[in-house]
Amino acid sequence: MSAPNASGWKPGTLVSGGAGETLTSTGNRALMLEEPLIFEIGSTETTGVDFSPLPFRGGDGGGACSEIGDIPHPNPSPEGEGLANRLGGFARDAEFGLPGLSEPEAVRHYTRLSRQNYAIDLGLFPLGSCTMKHNPRLNEKVARMPGFADVHPLQPVDTVRGALEVINELAFWLIDLTGMHGVAMTPKAGAHGELCGILCIRAALEARGDAREVILVPESAHGTNPATAAFAGYRVEDIPATAEGRVDLEALEARLGPDVAAVMITNPNTCGLFERDMKAISDAVHAAGGFVYCDGANFNAIVGKVRPGDLGIDAMHINLHKTFSTPHGGGGPGSGPVVLSEALSPYGPLPYTARTKDGVVHLIEEESAEAFSNEHFGGKLASFGRMSAFHGQMGMFTRALTYILSHGADGLRQVAEDAVLNANYILRSLDDVLDAPFGASGPCMHEALFSDKGFAEGFSTLDLAKALIDEGFHPMTMYFPLVVHGAMLVEPTETESKQGLDQFIAALRTVAERARNGDETLKTAPHHAPRRRLDETLAARKPILAYEGSGAPPGKPQLSEQGGS
Amino acid sequence: MRYLPLTPDDRSAMLATIGAADIDALFADVPAEARLTGPIAGLPLHQSEMAVERHMRALSKKNLSAADAAFFCGAGAYRHHIPASVDHIIQRGEFLTAYTPYQPEIAQGTLQMLFEFQSQVARLYGCAVANASMYDGSTACWEAIAMAGRITRRKRAVVSGGLHPHYVETSKTMAKFMGDEIADALPTLSGTPDNAALVARIDHQTSCVVVQYPDILGRIPDLAEIAEAAHAKGALLIAVNTEPVALGAIESPGELGADIVVGEGQALGVGLQFGGPYLGLFAVRDPRHVRQMPGRLCGETVDADGKRGFVLTLSTREQHIRREKATSNICTNSGLCALAFSVHLTLLGEKGLRRLAAENHRLACLAADRLAEVPGVRVLNDIFFNEFTVLLGQDAREAVRTLTDKKVLAGVSLGRLYPAHGALHEGLVVAVTETTSENDIETLASALEEVLA
Repeated sequence: MSAPNASGWKPGTLVSGGAGETLTSTGNRALMLEEPLIFEIGSTETTGVDFSPLPFRGGDGGGACSEIGDIPHPNPSPEGEGLANRLGGFARDAEFGLPGLSEPEAVRHYTRLSRQNYAIDLGLFPLGSCTMKHNPRLNEKVARMPGFADVHPLQPVDTVRGALEVINELAFWLIDLTGMHGVAMTPKAGAHGELCGILCIRAALEARGDAREVILVPESAHGTNPATAAFAGYRVEDIPATAEGRVDLEALEARLGPDVAAVMITNPNTCGLFERDMKAISDAVHAAGGFVYCDGANFNAIVGKVRPGDLGIDAMHINLHKTFSTPHGGGGPGSGPVVLSEALSPYGPLPYTARTKDGVVHLIEEESAEAFSNEHFGGKLASFGRMSAFHGQMGMFTRALTYILSHGADGLRQVAEDAVLNANYILRSLDDVLDAPFGASGPCMHEALFSDKGFAEGFSTLDLAKALIDEGFHPMTMYFPLVVHGAMLVEPTETESKQGLDQFIAALRTVAERARNGDETLKTAPHHAPRRRLDETLAARKPILAYEGSGAPPGKPQLSEQGGS
Repeated sequence: MRYLPLTPDDRSAMLATIGAADIDALFADVPAEARLTGPIAGLPLHQSEMAVERHMRALSKKNLSAADAAFFCGAGAYRHHIPASVDHIIQRGEFLTAYTPYQPEIAQGTLQMLFEFQSQVARLYGCAVANASMYDGSTACWEAIAMAGRITRRKRAVVSGGLHPHYVETSKTMAKFMGDEIADALPTLSGTPDNAALVARIDHQTSCVVVQYPDILGRIPDLAEIAEAAHAKGALLIAVNTEPVALGAIESPGELGADIVVGEGQALGVGLQFGGPYLGLFAVRDPRHVRQMPGRLCGETVDADGKRGFVLTLSTREQHIRREKATSNICTNSGLCALAFSVHLTLLGEKGLRRLAAENHRLACLAADRLAEVPGVRVLNDIFFNEFTVLLGQDAREAVRTLTDKKVLAGVSLGRLYPAHGALHEGLVVAVTETTSENDIETLASALEEVLA
């Protein structure tokens, strides 16, 4: 096979045109360009990467290319054929169908694809619990400095002291901003951080011979919380909530006992409210011999305003891709350092960094853990082990530290204040057309929560969200938290201007009124996006998860299903 | 502050709309004793872009970057040339600053890219289906072991001595808490991996056999033989690949009978970055196993007009739907790294990947032959792709440290990877890629001659 494109699919062949749409022969609509799959335009014989006809002879650090004819050298054939190899008979002979594109084709392919995405760079991205704030480009520049980007994780430690200093400097910021005792830097995302915190708790309990089986999680929690608790071997039970959207302290106290290892609480919670009783909750959990895990996904609301350590938290992950602006990248990579109380710090994962009195930052990994803890911690080290290869998300650390240094202690405090101000401005500007179930519970934190109460019969949150797409905005988080019917969780973040917020509020007001009035056109929205509603039922019923050379299957479209954070 | 658009007038007007006297009124639910009254004492205040850049550059200069040395480090992270257009594309704001594609109508760019990525990984690995990525190779390895446990309903994983020790440790950490058993082993310093010993450890309680291909010492195990032995006992074979470029030269694990193939995708498009963020790859040979897979999956469908489109699918496996019954707690994956990998692989195509692999192998053969001439050095491997192990007759950590002063990053010593196992400490794992020049090889060889003399 020289061309994987066996289907004959062309961008225009499937275009039927929506209602009132003028067809074009290409399927394109001016700047909105349809784009086939690489398998349909590339071939296994095409490549966008050249190899020099003679081996490059200079060192990477500034040597020069040899001139042709400088040193005689057998020019290997393009496929490496005829080359004496030491692959032991495992050579891959059969073609496996990876399409290639020349550079101009590749750049155009991905540029065209990129234009079918909504992004923070295009506009307000009010996904609740996701903290879609501006991603400063200085962060990108710094992460690409050769001293950070082009360094191997297993180079001798003396050649990477600057990298260790970055980790350590960021670690101290995170400790100071949260009022905690220690921090585990290696977790790779929020859910990985949750796992790290829960494993610390489990290790601490086991160290005192205390086998507890249950973790309490409120119904309003992110799905990762119960999944993490189960992944770490615990049974999950619910924490009841009060009518005003907070943890029911009395009910929680009644449930606590010798079988409860920990409670996992999100604060500010997913209803957008600060848990007023957090300190009392922590005290009650500690009195019962358990630990308090805080989901730090919403830390952006309180950074520089409140320290979780002052509220009795034992462990909290910090999503660097939320509060500290590292880019979400269409679904990662994230980074989820976990700040730890004094009781949990000894149990954190390997490796970690430590700065000794002489100012040197050490890397503590398997090789050095025992000797280092004997010398500096009186032997007190009970790490639960390693959670991943190498040292964590270095590329995210450089970005997050750059962000933190840019803001400083004063700027970060302003971040929280503006994020909360923006959310309350949205809440109070719209609570006449959208039901705010906890609007009477006081000010919200950095996200405003609405329900679908008051929509015309048969109109849903999904309809409103899809109509918002036509207005040029990414929808809010839908149907989360689960405790509110048709929930819409709006998080504007601090990086939106008042003018931008006013425009968003006006758009949301319009679509809310259409939902209340039963405007049928909402049900078929979006009308102006690169795609109309996609048939998710078909995708799940007859999964096509890899290119097989077939065209698009027929089928009756169903409603999209919910998103989440 | 340059990232905060609100002006003092905006703030006043907004507070008036809200009906709050001041900003503190919005934090009324925070108990007064926990509320900080000003910037946290002792921390620096905001800085200009120039000042921050200067500070960070100074820190970066304290590191010896690979480009400034003769560089031979591998052992799970590889330095390859990344075409300039890769970084250009991943810096497009529409990719960089997008979220997980939960609203598919306005996320077709990310979704189509993920579908292409999954298809590329499946073909590279010789599998039917790949997911939309995991955090990294080590966490993907544990997730594969957990998945094999779900499929076979057995709790004991037999791990080859050739598996990267960080991957072993990561899996053991998780297994300890999940009640699983990881039966691991140390590598033996032999020219080919000891398949017979591995096969002998497989029994009817074994959920899976985990084999790295090529392994931590650069050797290439015979997967077909292990697959046959595993399947005979009702166990699955998990193949772990840390160098995807190798699969442009050697047969894919799927073709050789591996049931789950996982690996680290960093070598294509992502760069070294001191260990992260990297890219976990995860694929299955049998499409019936898809519903036990962890992580996000992108699938093809149609929209209301019948146009082809893509969505995240089969999410009833995932935590945001299934909560404590999910196949994994993973949420965020490694989307942007998947894009970098996919763009790099699209630029290469099969022809380019094969050519790249051939160049890696050619240079690695040259290096192995040259190092074999150094008195005191023995090349361990009979066969290898772009990485092999040399035995120095003394603790390789010392030699590595000494060579650093000559701006030679000679490789990864086995003492660094296996500090508790002295019998391995004379080993040094040397990786050679297309970025290694023949001058670099000569520099390493002559420096080693001096050090070992």
